[in-house]
Amino acid sequence: MSGARRADVCAVAIAEAFRGDGERLCNPIGNLPLIGGRLAAATFEPHLALTDGFYSLVDNVPPVGLDESERQAQRVVGSWNPYRSMFGLLWHGRRHVMMGATQVDRHGNQNIAAIGDWHQPRSQLLGFRGAPGNTINHTTSYWVPNHSPKVVVESVDVVCGIGYDRAAELGPVSARFHEVRRVVTNLCVFDFSASDDSGVPVLTLRSVHPGVTIDEVLEASGCEVVVPGEVPESRGPDQVEAAELERLDPGGLRFAEVPDQ
Amino acid sequence: MPGPDKRATTSEVVAELRSGMTIGVGGWGSRRKPMALIREILRSDLTDLTIVAYGGPDVGLLCRSGQATHVTSGFVSLDSIPLEPHYRAARQQGSITATELDEGMFLLGLQAAAWRLPFLPTRAGLGSDVPRMMPHLRTVTSPYQEPGSGECEELLAVPALRLDAAIVHQHRADASGNAVWLGEDPFMDDLMVRAADRAFVTTERIVPTESLRDGGVDLTHQGISRLDVTAVVETPNGAHFTECPPDYGRDEAFQRRYAATAKSDEAWDDFRAEFLDLDESGYQAKVAELSEVAR
Repeated sequence: MSGARRADVCAVAIAEAFRGDGERLCNPIGNLPLIGGRLAAATFEPHLALTDGFYSLVDNVPPVGLDESERQAQRVVGSWNPYRSMFGLLWHGRRHVMMGATQVDRHGNQNIAAIGDWHQPRSQLLGFRGAPGNTINHTTSYWVPNHSPKVVVESVDVVCGIGYDRAAELGPVSARFHEVRRVVTNLCVFDFSASDDSGVPVLTLRSVHPGVTIDEVLEASGCEVVVPGEVPESRGPDQVEAAELERLDPGGLRFAEVPDQ
Repeated sequence: MPGPDKRATTSEVVAELRSGMTIGVGGWGSRRKPMALIREILRSDLTDLTIVAYGGPDVGLLCRSGQATHVTSGFVSLDSIPLEPHYRAARQQGSITATELDEGMFLLGLQAAAWRLPFLPTRAGLGSDVPRMMPHLRTVTSPYQEPGSGECEELLAVPALRLDAAIVHQHRADASGNAVWLGEDPFMDDLMVRAADRAFVTTERIVPTESLRDGGVDLTHQGISRLDVTAVVETPNGAHFTECPPDYGRDEAFQRRYAATAKSDEAWDDFRAEFLDLDESGYQAKVAELSEVAR
């Protein structure tokens, strides 16, 4: 489908990050990640569990952007999941989270804590939140709605989510649950299928969204990116997925986050 | 036998606190914070406080007032406004020092203190900048071999977050401190009261013990025992402007007003004079007036 809108391509690329996850918690954070994660659950990964955004795991796939009473009315709760249970779940490992990233680097390190020196930052952000625990315990992917050299960087200012170089330093035992699977941006999809000279996985261009050139991706990236011989175009939604996207996001939140080019 | 009568006022509680103390604050972000006690602390001359919290406006207010000099947190956020503006300013100006932990590490620190352990081990934090930026955090080597590799795994030893005092807000309590949380998440309030030498519970309503479960409250919501509580204070609407469902939601308009006080000293001074230099009943009257106007 060549006329796919960019936000829909992003949603499908996010959904694809969860392909193969089977029965585990699909836990995307932010509007487009939620839409993409729910798209996967509503289509090709029907056994994924989702959260209601707060304190329970749900076994249906409700739309995003509901007001509080609708959110409660539409959820089919499978189990109670207050924060302490969420930590238990993620330490146990049956979870794939997609977080945002103020910065993400070549080895997949992520920063959401601060810009500048952490001790007295130029810009204080969220803090480490759950990123260190997530990345050492289970699969993590990232969503970057504003791909630029300030976001995709050579090395992040503060390592919150740990990348493959930090995991390698820890060694294979400590890092045995670590996996950074994808970085989905508004321009392209990266994985970590290639490695640097020391065998450490690095950002590798997996596909470019329709209408984006490889050069544009490279210009928008502040670090080296491995470009394989053949880079496919990211796919748009098929008919079933297109209908699901309309159901999941009737208000078009995804288009506010990633406008048409 | 009924427990002892531990009813007190917010000013009596604050009189029990001392400058230099480490104080844990319950709730999560801008959810169920013991704001009436925070406001009482803001009116006091307490200073040099270490605040330990999944932080929200409790942390921001005490940073802005200059009373907090160190903050230990899993994050500091207003939820609907992701970045807490006063905490942010304090960090950027260097007016406080900070310990910023992974959210799960924070839970383990509280749990260790509550169980009177020196630390609890975890994988969370390994490889990240948490131990690099906060070198007081140490690792520990497992005395047991990992079955797959035969290796003795190195883990992060999260030190106990011991508290001089804890302050938490609960929906209902009796006069001796047995407390009930409503809503869907107890947060870590029950761990916080055990992590502290002395624990102070504020509550929407003090009721007789036999009425704690009135209205169909499930047994599992009776999360805090009087054994862990020093004093209990009735503070209706006391979590305002943070949320306290099902009793009330977050006052988003008021939170926006609060967040805007980071724009200038004048904005803060005006807010302080209008809302914080009053006693709690004056504050609540102002808030009621505002919501009347909004209606």
